[in-house]
Amino acid sequence: MKILTKRNGIIALIIFAFSFPYIAQNDYYLHMLTLSFIWAIAVYGINLLSGYTGYLSLAHAGFFAIGAYSLGLLTVKAGMNFWLALVCACLITCAIGFLIGLIALRTKEHFFAIYTLCVGYIIYLVIDKWEGLTEGVRGLIGIPAPGNIGPIAFDTAASQYYLVLIFLLAVILIVYRIIRSLTGRTYMAIRNSEDLAQTIGISTMKNKLTAFVLSTFFAGLAGALYASFIRFIGPDIGSTAIMFDLLMYLLVGGIGTLSGPLVGTLLLVILSQNLQFLQEYRMLIFGPLLTLIIIFYPRGIAGAFFDWRRKRKDNDELSRVRGEMHIKAEEG
Amino acid sequence: MNLLIETKNLTKRFGGLAAVNNVDFTIEKGRINAIIGPNGAGKSTFFNLISGFHRPTSGTVLFKGIDITKLPANEIAGLGISRTFQTTSLFDQSTVLDNVIVGHRLRTKSNLVDAILRTKRLKREEAACRDKAMEVLDIVGLTASADRMVSSISQEEKKRTAIALALATEPEIIFLDEPAAGINPDETEGLTELIKKLNRSGLTVCLIEHKMHMIMNLADHIMVLNYGEKIAEGTPKEIRGNDAVIKAYLGGSASA
Repeated sequence: MKILTKRNGIIALIIFAFSFPYIAQNDYYLHMLTLSFIWAIAVYGINLLSGYTGYLSLAHAGFFAIGAYSLGLLTVKAGMNFWLALVCACLITCAIGFLIGLIALRTKEHFFAIYTLCVGYIIYLVIDKWEGLTEGVRGLIGIPAPGNIGPIAFDTAASQYYLVLIFLLAVILIVYRIIRSLTGRTYMAIRNSEDLAQTIGISTMKNKLTAFVLSTFFAGLAGALYASFIRFIGPDIGSTAIMFDLLMYLLVGGIGTLSGPLVGTLLLVILSQNLQFLQEYRMLIFGPLLTLIIIFYPRGIAGAFFDWRRKRKDNDELSRVRGEMHIKAEEG
Repeated sequence: MNLLIETKNLTKRFGGLAAVNNVDFTIEKGRINAIIGPNGAGKSTFFNLISGFHRPTSGTVLFKGIDITKLPANEIAGLGISRTFQTTSLFDQSTVLDNVIVGHRLRTKSNLVDAILRTKRLKREEAACRDKAMEVLDIVGLTASADRMVSSISQEEKKRTAIALALATEPEIIFLDEPAAGINPDETEGLTELIKKLNRSGLTVCLIEHKMHMIMNLADHIMVLNYGEKIAEGTPKEIRGNDAVIKAYLGGSASA
């Protein structure tokens, strides 16, 4: 019996994540982890589209902001119940994502990236300038924390941590199921060669649009959770700086891998917090680190790990075969 | 006569250049057809027009009498028309089997909701796709290589994988764009056998090829294109004796 199986490892990680508030007893760590889980949800969204379907979107900070502002406006200005507002925020993000996807997905590769970069910036500008609705640079204050579910209240750092953790696990489970299914294979076929995908009968536009809308859903969900966690939002959450942070988490963790978004986000958020004393000079560390990872490990930390494991397995296989040949030679 | 594909006055212009000009061509069910011609004669463009990659400037393409000229490529594949590309565009970082499984996707119906809920339909269809992939890998003779990475197999095996992928779509006719390009004579022989085998099992084949020896042995019916126009059509014997063809090839390789 092997104890160190992948399954047991995942169970251990989940148990650790659930017992973390009892182990750490430190609200600062909980706050940091909760925040990185929220970012990770958005990164999973970007990964589904950019990593598995092959369309690098730079508009997802915009969708994150749309989710955040939808929740903020619906609860603060319309006085809507938190959970209803959460559902609406995701739906609004998807609806806008659908319309933008219809146009954006007519472009490919770097044209798509440039187009979505512009879309993201326009979303930021709209939020920044439409003061009548969004309060502009003053930001939206007094967003309520998640409402109670029966006896469960979300007023402590630990309870919010659990809430976000459950959302994150659900998102990972959904992404896992998608990429392991025929739908995921379809997305990957589009990523590998859109022409080939079409010749084997895949409606590329329909599938790309589904992947796009789903990825905006995750970004919107993350945004809505962010708004209720931080309780204050400003237009900056939709800025290109946030977009490139998210992209960096994905690239370092491993684009097109299941664990990459979580690994990258946790690592960089924690690293960035611990290097606070360096202020903006942190970028002197992140810049070269990112460049080196892109050059030597295009599929990030997770990708590098899987490549290493595969290589080791292949070597084992090779030495086993050699060993057998050796025995045969001796017998002969 | 049992016509599978019929093109009428098929024309494609890129700017002022007529890549395919007024080509009438018919493919009968159950035969091996070939399209030959010098480089730049419009052979690949002709394939692209039939498989829906390019919209023709004028003319029509009929499949079993139905006009498919304006259908998108994926719907044409759904009707039972499959093709391979000159440069095999397989995914290197994945196994042979994984590359082929998605080929049967068009015959399945499960969607995103099935994927998230892992429904019975999804499980059934996944099994069907896997079975189909193993079946076509067996046909092309790659069962033993199913779990190998595409990056580690030979050029000839990649060609076979591409054919397997096309077969997984359950086509009635398969278009092969230079299936033997870049592989050695022995392997070409093997590939010729494979194409014959596919044809014997009832599949109609249409191929573009430069290796004359292979074509002359294989094809029942040959069309010769030059500068986008059909200059000859007939059996290998007729083509070999055709003056226009010999002239187009400068009296060279056509008789090789």
